[in-house]
Amino acid sequence: MASDMREFVLDDAARPGRAVPDALAGSAAWANGGPARVRRRIWLDTFDWRLYRAGLTLEQAGSRDRAELVLTGRDGAILAAELLAAGRPPRWPSLVSQLPAGPVRELLEPVAGVRALCPVVRATSQVTELRALNDDAKTVARLAVDRMSVTFPARALLPARLTLTPVRGYSGITDRIGAAMTSAPGIAIAPGTALDAALAASGRRAGQPAGKGTSVQLSPSMPAAAGLRTVLTALLDELEANVPGTIRDIDTEFLHDLRIAVRRTRSVIKLCGRALPAGLATEFRPEFRWLGDLTTPARDLDVYLLAFGRMTAGLVAASPADLSPFHDYLAHSRTLQYRRLAAGLRSARFARLTAGWRAALEGVRPPGKRPTVAQLAAARIGAANRRVLRAGQQITAASPPESLHQLRKGCKELRYLVEMFGSIYDPAERWQAVRELKALQDCLGAFQDAEVQGSEIRGFAGQLLATRGVPATTLLAMGEIAVGLAVAQREARREFDGRFADFASHASQARLAGLTRVAAA
Amino acid sequence: MKVFATYNIKGGVGKTAAAVNLGYLAARDGYRVLLWDLDPQGAASYLLRIKPRVKGGGRALIHGTKPIHAAIKGTDFDGLDLLPADFTYRNLDLLLDSAKQPARRLAALLAPLAGEYDAVFLDCPPSISLLSESVLHAAALLLVPLIPTTLSVRTLEQLTEFVGTFNGHRPDVLAFFSMIDRRKRLHTQIAAELPGQRPEFAATVIPALSVIEQMSVQRAPVSAFAPRSLAARQYGQLWGEARQRAGLTG
Repeated sequence: MASDMREFVLDDAARPGRAVPDALAGSAAWANGGPARVRRRIWLDTFDWRLYRAGLTLEQAGSRDRAELVLTGRDGAILAAELLAAGRPPRWPSLVSQLPAGPVRELLEPVAGVRALCPVVRATSQVTELRALNDDAKTVARLAVDRMSVTFPARALLPARLTLTPVRGYSGITDRIGAAMTSAPGIAIAPGTALDAALAASGRRAGQPAGKGTSVQLSPSMPAAAGLRTVLTALLDELEANVPGTIRDIDTEFLHDLRIAVRRTRSVIKLCGRALPAGLATEFRPEFRWLGDLTTPARDLDVYLLAFGRMTAGLVAASPADLSPFHDYLAHSRTLQYRRLAAGLRSARFARLTAGWRAALEGVRPPGKRPTVAQLAAARIGAANRRVLRAGQQITAASPPESLHQLRKGCKELRYLVEMFGSIYDPAERWQAVRELKALQDCLGAFQDAEVQGSEIRGFAGQLLATRGVPATTLLAMGEIAVGLAVAQREARREFDGRFADFASHASQARLAGLTRVAAA
Repeated sequence: MKVFATYNIKGGVGKTAAAVNLGYLAARDGYRVLLWDLDPQGAASYLLRIKPRVKGGGRALIHGTKPIHAAIKGTDFDGLDLLPADFTYRNLDLLLDSAKQPARRLAALLAPLAGEYDAVFLDCPPSISLLSESVLHAAALLLVPLIPTTLSVRTLEQLTEFVGTFNGHRPDVLAFFSMIDRRKRLHTQIAAELPGQRPEFAATVIPALSVIEQMSVQRAPVSAFAPRSLAARQYGQLWGEARQRAGLTG
């Protein structure tokens, strides 16, 4: 269903009552469409704007006792709508899986994934309707005059917005009215959607990412310390942006992104700390380690629970119902760990860490023009690459899992260095340079995840047995999962030699070396 | 998509008033409704303020040279669209006769609209013809308004017998007494007795009321301009029975 609506805005917000009839009087006979209606409106998106980036807009609109969710596409056409149960609108934020079953949920699920839908704008519209009539006093077009006041994320009053909608079979007269409106003084074609207008009036913009540390722009010739300050400040912004969502447990991605920001901060401090003022790395490294450790148990349980459906689907002998006590145990443990994590993120220690780190970064002054960002990048990427090659070459069939874990950490550091300095390289060459590294990381990731989960499930089984009197069928089902993990780990281990050989190959190493050499020259 | 048809061999029994009012009530319930004014007199089109004209006329629609959705007009009421009447509909019998499988032609024409509408109301001209046969084949529920007289009841029996001869799809029949004049003893007697005795009769009756005649002045359904009137209440009850009988859900 394509949208034939046309949207306009009144330039003169001060006298919307007069401007509309004045401008339209000559284009058609107009009648009042009834008393003004008040619409409460909430626009929703994920924290990282997944809907907006997919060209979708989701709005909950209606009165106090009757509301619907409307999903529209890029051209304003309605893709799906869902009437919400009277008196029981969803409490936002809400996961898509908690919405009423229907086409809206079906279309949103693959886009939002595990992310919750959060209000991005709240507003109240007072809508009056005018009807354009033909000689039979038949309605041939409708004009809605919407006076919207935004209450979130900031209070703002918007210029009146006019929406002209043709009645089916009468597009000709609507075209004439639309043309008259376009040339009428005081009326302009709306430059964007109502959501865009509401965000702009609140000083925001749709699609603004929450400050990814990897997307900062560096220049090859800038002093290295200035580049590191830019990267670390962006990472701190991202870390802090994800704290409220983690504390409120809105969705699992807040903690995931918070951990990525922490891990990357730690990597920069570890690998490039010497380019920062003396003492800074030493002072903050232990604190970021504390923060990383604080977040680990909760994230491990998230990973388990997110994979739970897949694990139960893979059962051969046991039934998924056998694992219910295990699921309950994980969910209960997660609640406790999130409580502990939230306390940590509300603590004075965490506040001291972030405030102190920000102040320290603001105080970073490059001692001189050298080393440049490109020189530092070439040196650090080169060293990290050599460490990965050394560690990988030492791995044999008899090596313990810990050796592969250490190699994986080295690969992560190398990959992050390439991404952190990514803006100084050609994007296509950068992608080519890390192609084999990515494949090696995937293989090591599969190996290590199976190792950790296999070890954890044995621990969980022991705890369940000791504290909860778990049924034997649950333990048997958990045993089946452990077998599956062991098989997956063995498969990843078998793949490793080939993946590492590809990474260490002359062609792959030449691409990586070429990337850093060109920028540093 | 459920197809309803207001049908009676006789004219002036309240077919168009029923089609317009029930179509409006269905749309008010949130269903996407199309009303097809098949009567060349164009009474339903007039009541909904739409000119009784279709580009290319009945020939273009029946022969498929003009897509049916291109002829549809929006009414003044949300969710209710109209496929207007056209004077050439007086020849629909001849046009159907020249089409393939004439008795199934209306059903075939409506099939592509299934994704766009939840309910279609066919307002039929008074006749027994190839067109009415095609309507009977397309409809899930026949809404048959009857003046409460012995002859009218006999007409209903003939109709149900005829429908009973169909192979495959047979429409359900919901008859209802219409234009009941409370001053006439025979009217009240038949209207009181028959609905309890015959399963095809609706419990609801539509009295002869001046507010229903006012539709042609107001050019709108009764429930739109006189929502608290007795007529609006009766049509509301009749729609409830029709909806339930047709199994329209959601």
